[in-house]
Amino acid sequence: MRVEFAGRDLVSMRELSRQEIEHILNTAERTEFSGDVLKGRLMCSLFFEPSTRTRLSFETAMKRLGGEVVGFAKPGAASLSKGENLTDTIKTVSCYSDVIVLRHPREGAARLAAEVSDVPVINAGDGSNQHPTQALTDLYTIRREHGRLKVRVAMVGDLKYARTVRSLGQGLAKFGARLLLSSPPGLEMSEELCAELESMGARLEVCTSIEEAVERADVLYVTRIQKERFPDPEEYRKVQGAYRITPELLEIASSRMIVLHPLPRVDEISPEVDHTDRARYFHQVRNSIPVRMAVLSLLLGVV
Amino acid sequence: MERDIRVRKIKDGTVIDHITAGQALNVLRILNLPSSSGATVTVAMNVPSRKAGVKDIVKVEGRELRSEEVDRIALLAPEATINIVRNYRVVEKKKVAIPQMVEGVLGCANPNCITHFEPVKPRFTVESRKPIRLRCHYCERIMCEAEIAKQF
Repeated sequence: MRVEFAGRDLVSMRELSRQEIEHILNTAERTEFSGDVLKGRLMCSLFFEPSTRTRLSFETAMKRLGGEVVGFAKPGAASLSKGENLTDTIKTVSCYSDVIVLRHPREGAARLAAEVSDVPVINAGDGSNQHPTQALTDLYTIRREHGRLKVRVAMVGDLKYARTVRSLGQGLAKFGARLLLSSPPGLEMSEELCAELESMGARLEVCTSIEEAVERADVLYVTRIQKERFPDPEEYRKVQGAYRITPELLEIASSRMIVLHPLPRVDEISPEVDHTDRARYFHQVRNSIPVRMAVLSLLLGVV
Repeated sequence: MERDIRVRKIKDGTVIDHITAGQALNVLRILNLPSSSGATVTVAMNVPSRKAGVKDIVKVEGRELRSEEVDRIALLAPEATINIVRNYRVVEKKKVAIPQMVEGVLGCANPNCITHFEPVKPRFTVESRKPIRLRCHYCERIMCEAEIAKQF
């Protein structure tokens, strides 16, 4: 079956099939390429929520392919501050760009944008819902390191609010991965998401300690506890600093185990881990470029 | 059976029977009845029923409700039946069915869902019918039975 992406949106990992995910990852491998395939094309990057990596990575990917970028990084700069709603902003922007990259603090913003836009919309994070290009980057990194995606991934940290966990979990589930869950009390993965991941093909296990997760995993996926998603600051204070990955803790891990983190980190991974041969979080950052180049090229129909 | 009928028969129109007791007024609200068309609407509540103990009934005179219209009530009255009446006789009878997509009846239970902030109608896909579970088309969150019931 032919995988067709031209003109489509990328809103959620839920709607990508295993075959489509593989097609994106294969394209990313090929696009550690180049060229000016997007010369004359314009990407509009709308970031209603702060971001360093995702925004710069998308802009880099577009420029590496010869395309142009316009947009804003602060919502205050947008006509939103004059009271314009997202629907009108997207309708306007879709008149003069070829692709829209959107980050927004509300869940569902990207789906809405995709419905009202005439050009493809890429979700660069919608509240605590989805972050599909981060998940694709994570999958790409895991596949490069382990050669396959049916692996044991320990997901550590905020499994309740982290959109990267939701998106990556859905991607891995389609490949039959085993997910080992380890989170501080109150930040457990919701029953709803657990049930969905299992129905998609993942095998889930809740770990009783972080050591258990570290010992059994092929991949340790560490997340930041996101202060900004907590409705109550008191709840945040209770779990702040609840876990910390150190070189000592990693001594019990299998020799091939790697550590990933979608970044930014606060104190979940000690800087000493950066010097171990397990650290792959900066590789993830590097890998995000070919993955986003692939996504842009596919949606714009040039590969 | 005649003695059980507390409301007189209608000549033409729709009888919605076996509505979950206590839900008749919510059913009217969802169906936008009584509408400006002026149709006579009769409501009976807590009517003794052999099947359910008690039930509510709604009769709409002079108007045959389309099943897509009535299916929207299935969320709160899953056992309801629709009877189309012509010249005092029931000519068509069917159970309500939960549609594939629920639109315009419910709001999303997630307070941070974009549908609360933009001019867009909330839409849900039905993930499961028993128990009823809906997934917001926009924020992708699941709404469970209790969250749905709270909205009526």
